[in-house]
Amino acid sequence: MKFARIIFANLKRKPIRLLLTLGSFAVALLLFSFLAVVRGAFILSDVASANRLIVINRTSIINLIPLSYRDKILRIPGVTYVTHYNWFGGIYQREENFFPQFVIDPENQRQVMPELVVSDDQWNAFLKDRQGAIAGAKTAERFGWKIGDRIPIKTTLYGGGAWEFNLVGIYHGKRPQDDDTQFWFRWDYFEERIPQEVKGQIGWYVLRVKDPDDAPRVAKAIDAEFLNSPNETKTETESTWIANWVKQWGNIQVLILTIGGVVFFTLLLVTGNTMAISVRERTSELAVFKAIGFSDRSVLFFVLAESITISLFGGLTGLLLAKLLMPVLAKGLSSILPILILSWGILGLGLLTALLVGLLSGLLPGLGAMRLRVVNALRRV
Amino acid sequence: MVKVDGSGGNASLIKVRDLDKTYRRGGEEIHVLQGLNLDVDAGEFIAFMGPSGSGKTTLLNLLGGLDVPTRGSITVAGDEITHMSASRLTEWRARHVGFIFQMYNLIPVLTAFQNVELPLLLTKLSKAERRDHVETALSVVGLADRMTHFPRQLSGGQEQRVTIARAIVSDPTFLLCDEPTGDLDRKSADEIMALIEELVGKHSKTVLMVTHDAVVAERANTTLHLDKGVLVEGLQSGPRLTTVGGHA
Amino acid sequence: MLPKLFFGLVITLAAIFVFLLGLTILVGLLAPFFNTVPVSYNFRSIRARWTSTIVAIVGIAGTVGVFVAMLSLARGFKATMVASGSPGNALVMRAGSSSEMMGGITLETIKHLGDKTGVARDATRGALLTQDVVGVVALPLVSTGTDANVQVRGVSPNVLQIRTFVRIAQGRMFQPGLTELVVGQNASKTYAGLQLGNTITFAGGRWKVVGVFDAGGSAFDSEVWCDSTILNQILQRPSNIFQSATIHLTSPGEFQSFKDAVISDPQMNVDVVREIDYYAKQSTTMTKLITVLGSIVAIIMAVGAVFGALNTMYSAVAERGREIATMRALGFSNLNVLLSFLFEALLISIVGGLIGCLAVLPLNGLTTSTMNFQTFSNLAFAFKITFDLLLMGIVFALVMGVLGGLLPAIRASIRPVAVALRDL
Repeated sequence: MKFARIIFANLKRKPIRLLLTLGSFAVALLLFSFLAVVRGAFILSDVASANRLIVINRTSIINLIPLSYRDKILRIPGVTYVTHYNWFGGIYQREENFFPQFVIDPENQRQVMPELVVSDDQWNAFLKDRQGAIAGAKTAERFGWKIGDRIPIKTTLYGGGAWEFNLVGIYHGKRPQDDDTQFWFRWDYFEERIPQEVKGQIGWYVLRVKDPDDAPRVAKAIDAEFLNSPNETKTETESTWIANWVKQWGNIQVLILTIGGVVFFTLLLVTGNTMAISVRERTSELAVFKAIGFSDRSVLFFVLAESITISLFGGLTGLLLAKLLMPVLAKGLSSILPILILSWGILGLGLLTALLVGLLSGLLPGLGAMRLRVVNALRRV
Repeated sequence: MVKVDGSGGNASLIKVRDLDKTYRRGGEEIHVLQGLNLDVDAGEFIAFMGPSGSGKTTLLNLLGGLDVPTRGSITVAGDEITHMSASRLTEWRARHVGFIFQMYNLIPVLTAFQNVELPLLLTKLSKAERRDHVETALSVVGLADRMTHFPRQLSGGQEQRVTIARAIVSDPTFLLCDEPTGDLDRKSADEIMALIEELVGKHSKTVLMVTHDAVVAERANTTLHLDKGVLVEGLQSGPRLTTVGGHA
Repeated sequence: MLPKLFFGLVITLAAIFVFLLGLTILVGLLAPFFNTVPVSYNFRSIRARWTSTIVAIVGIAGTVGVFVAMLSLARGFKATMVASGSPGNALVMRAGSSSEMMGGITLETIKHLGDKTGVARDATRGALLTQDVVGVVALPLVSTGTDANVQVRGVSPNVLQIRTFVRIAQGRMFQPGLTELVVGQNASKTYAGLQLGNTITFAGGRWKVVGVFDAGGSAFDSEVWCDSTILNQILQRPSNIFQSATIHLTSPGEFQSFKDAVISDPQMNVDVVREIDYYAKQSTTMTKLITVLGSIVAIIMAVGAVFGALNTMYSAVAERGREIATMRALGFSNLNVLLSFLFEALLISIVGGLIGCLAVLPLNGLTTSTMNFQTFSNLAFAFKITFDLLLMGIVFALVMGVLGGLLPAIRASIRPVAVALRDL
């Protein structure tokens, strides 16, 4: 566009100021990305599957439920597959090396959690080896494990002791928001080794229903089945379960939104001020434009084009930096917040916000430039 | 032909009748122009002189459509500009007027070429056509070899020459100059005036110039004095001595 | 050898940098006392360009505010855990347990513990210890209506003689053998149904809230206590196995001899820690998380604030070109000009820092709650803003000020006088 050259020429007027303003935008967008990603990690958006239900002991998730419930649950119409988990809670070498360990039911695992993918030969090896274990790709990478390694884990639950497993497989989540840090081993091996008094109990069931709309009815039916038994159940859809889990973290949303708000307000202020100073310095030039015959509106356009160009380039730089740094962050926080994703949605929102700030910061100075009267601006001092 | 008594016919390029301009300053009303008349034919070169605050620049601004009068009418090439809307006036200005100010004319971040090109960006000319016009204009002022230089790389005189090139590049109806040599040394001032004379003589431009420098005013064909809000013909100009007109 | 040398070099350079930074700040702040350029010039310049100054101040205030707020969040969390417990109490769990929830010790073992040296005794010569069972119960939060996990701790009925920092604020202590509850003051506020006089149902039992206790702002304030024997029964656990025992010692100084006696006993396979150390450790993950996240946010914001400050100061230098030239022409030296600008930048940043600190001060004591990942239960804690945090905030502001003001100040001082005067 023929006016592009004028706009770019104006931007280069004071290179240091341009760099600093670009830098401010880059920094703000970097922070925005960081906050959005952390929020996503806590909120666990899009993790839940619509057709899965979770059954826990009504008292709390810590309490166990009998394995004998499984068959009863399967008999409820609408339920297709049921699998169960125990939280193992062991220590690998040191306490800081935390990763979640689950005792799983090999028969139904793949049917209920199809998004966590294991190759067929690895899965077959798992079915053949009672001491076999499968690790998520992130955890395997973290400790440099390879198929065939022997993994020792110490536990103080379930009677304590040192357990050892053969790593026969590595799983990958199909979607970016899947948890790739888990460690699985077999229920039958677990049952064998634990003391008599805790045998026959599992932590929670995860089941699949044929029709997602049917889920609430199935949930009610399951809880009704075990009402007034010594271990009453509480069944929820996976999304409700996750949403409630998220709420336990407290007001993370409020905190993040507050910080984000402070940052963007400050950015707007700083950039707006910079634009205002820059326009003030050019009063006589803008008057010349108008004298030559450029309309008032075109002058407003020039100012807005400048501020939006800065916000666009600065914002893109910040988002690019975020994309580059995200793997580093993810690695550092993987034990506490396993799911850190910088989605296209976040990037798009960030860019839009940057453009909005660019527009707003140029608006006031631009309007001032628009209303500038040539005769006043060119009056001889 | 130049008349200040309102007696010019409809053939004049510029026709001003009964022009009033009043300012408010500090609660007081200042009548800068009072019933001013002016007729200018195409190809004239007029110098406006007068003491400080007499309204010379005001008159120029009004003629150039940068300001609107309190009363009266201004007609240029058949267009009555006093009642035009702001946006129409802007368009009119782009097509009909070339401005040359005392200073701050050039945009420092643009090259000489780009500065001269500015008025053409408002037209529908193609890039090649624009280039053509710009090169022509710069040759006329003798600065074709400095096209790619920035204003800070040019002397004061050269800067004004670029300004003149910009003023003529879109072939406007007339040129308005406000103290064009005010910021220059004597030698550069002479060069600029020679150039303006050439524009009038060789290229048949119409030029209206405000100056306080009598030597500069000499170069014009007619000198008019602004006195008590109206134009009076210069006492020292030669054959074209006419009666004093307007309000007594 | 080489990496060590390199490391040493980096440390030395960093130390020199920090020292110079501090020196610059100090000199800049003290400039009014020995600089020839009067301070009034700075004040008048600030007033003349007050919009830009306000902008820089807001930028710094915002950054300092966020910085102090996040650190006080982490501090508050840690403080709650650290305040939990008394240095005169020893916590005993099964060897190798990283937390109470993992462990299991028998009644036998606990009785033997009571015989060890250093154990305080009550009027009837009984050992002052409480045998605890910890569980987690899902109860609806007052704030969202959805469930959160509250820590339920079964304790011995004489627990108040062991955890002496706890007192009953409303109602009374539970009676042994009954399904009665005393709830911590934070738990009472956080969960629906935990008010005095209410009855709630969990694990198939009906429990009456007979008292609310004040545990001095510690983790226990988020807990619900009941009789441990009853809890074992209701949760269908073996009646003679508990998860921890907390022993009241005759004095904190007795801890080491008690620990030695226990560890050397071949019949006992347990770990002994001071109660306060145990709880401090239980907060490490969460504290680390908040601190790391908060620091990242603060650092990024600081970079932005420095950019903003640089922008403002460079504009200031540009707009005051003529004044600077005049000062230099009058005889003020480069150094005078530099110090004047440096002082101005530091003044702006200190004001920004103060405003930032004042803005977040109201947060002090504000309670919020989150899930302590290590204990899996909900924990209420408060923002804790201490004097040293505020001081850190001010220093942070000064560092931003010097980083944002030094280069422009240098530029102001070295601008050739003739060039600047030519602009007149």
